[in-house]
Amino acid sequence: MNIAPILSTLSRQLFEVPGWDIFSQILMYAIYIFIFISLFYGQRLQFHIWLKEVEGSLYKLKYIRDEGRKIAIEAIKEIGKPQTDPTPRVDRFLEYFTITPQSLDPAGIVWKLEHILDVRDARFKDEVKLLAPSADETQVNNLENTLEAAMALNYIYKVIRHYFLLGKKTLSLYIIMQIQMILPLVMREAEAYASALKAFAYGQPIGDGVGALVAAKLMHGYPVRKVPKDCVVATVPIEGRTAYVIKAEGPGGNVGKPGDAIKTIIEENEGKIATIIMIDAALKLEGEEVGEVAEGVGAAIGGPGVDQFKIEETILKYRIPINAVIIKEDIGDAVSPMRREIFEAADKAIERIKQLILEKTKEGDRVIICGVGNTIGIGQ
Amino acid sequence: MTEGEKVSQASYEPSPAAKISSFVLLAIFVMLVVAIMALFLSYGAYASGNYDVAAALLIIGFIGVASCSYVLFQTRQRLIRLRIEVPPITTTIECRKCGFKTVRAFQRGDYIFKEVDVCQKCNEKMLITAIYREVREKGKKPLPF
Repeated sequence: MNIAPILSTLSRQLFEVPGWDIFSQILMYAIYIFIFISLFYGQRLQFHIWLKEVEGSLYKLKYIRDEGRKIAIEAIKEIGKPQTDPTPRVDRFLEYFTITPQSLDPAGIVWKLEHILDVRDARFKDEVKLLAPSADETQVNNLENTLEAAMALNYIYKVIRHYFLLGKKTLSLYIIMQIQMILPLVMREAEAYASALKAFAYGQPIGDGVGALVAAKLMHGYPVRKVPKDCVVATVPIEGRTAYVIKAEGPGGNVGKPGDAIKTIIEENEGKIATIIMIDAALKLEGEEVGEVAEGVGAAIGGPGVDQFKIEETILKYRIPINAVIIKEDIGDAVSPMRREIFEAADKAIERIKQLILEKTKEGDRVIICGVGNTIGIGQ
Repeated sequence: MTEGEKVSQASYEPSPAAKISSFVLLAIFVMLVVAIMALFLSYGAYASGNYDVAAALLIIGFIGVASCSYVLFQTRQRLIRLRIEVPPITTTIECRKCGFKTVRAFQRGDYIFKEVDVCQKCNEKMLITAIYREVREKGKKPLPF
């Protein structure tokens, strides 16, 4: 039996609409095909589109990670002048991890966490000294920060790659969907760390250091002394009060331990402190201006929480009121070279501090002013 | 080959991020071929007096060529954006005595409150008083809410 004429008749009956020209018919069938594909393969198509988007971002993340590693290695070679090639050691450094303490029984966890962080810090410093034997203390701090930024980029890249491959392997739309949704935020953070790398390598002040900048501006010209740990304090007369101005010791990349410094000053003064004012950079909400200054109460300090805990413990013991002045910026501004708006906000913050001192204390009182943040590129 | 040469050679290798996906390139190529074919067919249809078909093919052809150009342009833009930008950082140096101020590009080793060169006017040591970057936000409209 010849099947060709039958098929021809069938196709004519099925596909040719009388009175329609060929273009209208093609268009109609294209729509049919589109609806068919959307119905049965829509989710799979969407999955592949998202997968491609994540893959594209992953390429970008890899590029940023590789650039970060290259910048770190170049900075080490230039500053540290090592005898051997630092590349294998840097690669090992990028894979370092920290295991946080067990929190099943949370009592005393802060001290355990502090110990772990101290060990981590000491280990990092030793490693950087080995990598860059010619670097001085300031440069060691800057290189440590550079490597930490490179480490953060490496981690971001690996986590995104993990979920991408997992989603691809399991063909799970939901895994890929979740990464695709948070990807803009992740990319923003990665780009911020990428610009931080150069800032750290060159020792430029970063947005996060605005708290330290405020303290530096207040203490400049007055004798400073070191307080534990990695902080400096200056006794500054402000509006007839005695202000103990604290910041991390600069100009190397360093955040110090403001919790210990505040505790030391409070204990030196036997708790006779009228108020504490903390100044820090804070993340702004979208729509807020960069460099906006706001005021509130509480310990304005980020990080893992150890310093905040110590400050709160000490002020509770002596019933000392605590105020906070924050300078708003986004994550990109916080870790990249300081923007002009943020730099200028330091003067506005100083005005607020003076106003606060006048309103909340009386003449002859002692106050603590603590500028929190990474003091890279900021002296005292 | 010295170690330094090895490093500089490695840095010239194209990064994977700098490559355009072959799938995307193939898709663009296919689309471009179809669009050009549509343009040729349009000419043929016009010559044979079939004006409606010619117009339809012309539109399809132009849309195809325009889409391909746009996608290629976007891919190129993405490659440009991949470079890590280093914003220009300025250092302001000030004389605390006479107020003489100079602004220059940031140099490694600069930090705020570092004493640097001697003032040209009063021979006093000058101080770095500011280090920052300027961000020019293009066409940023004020929020209506």
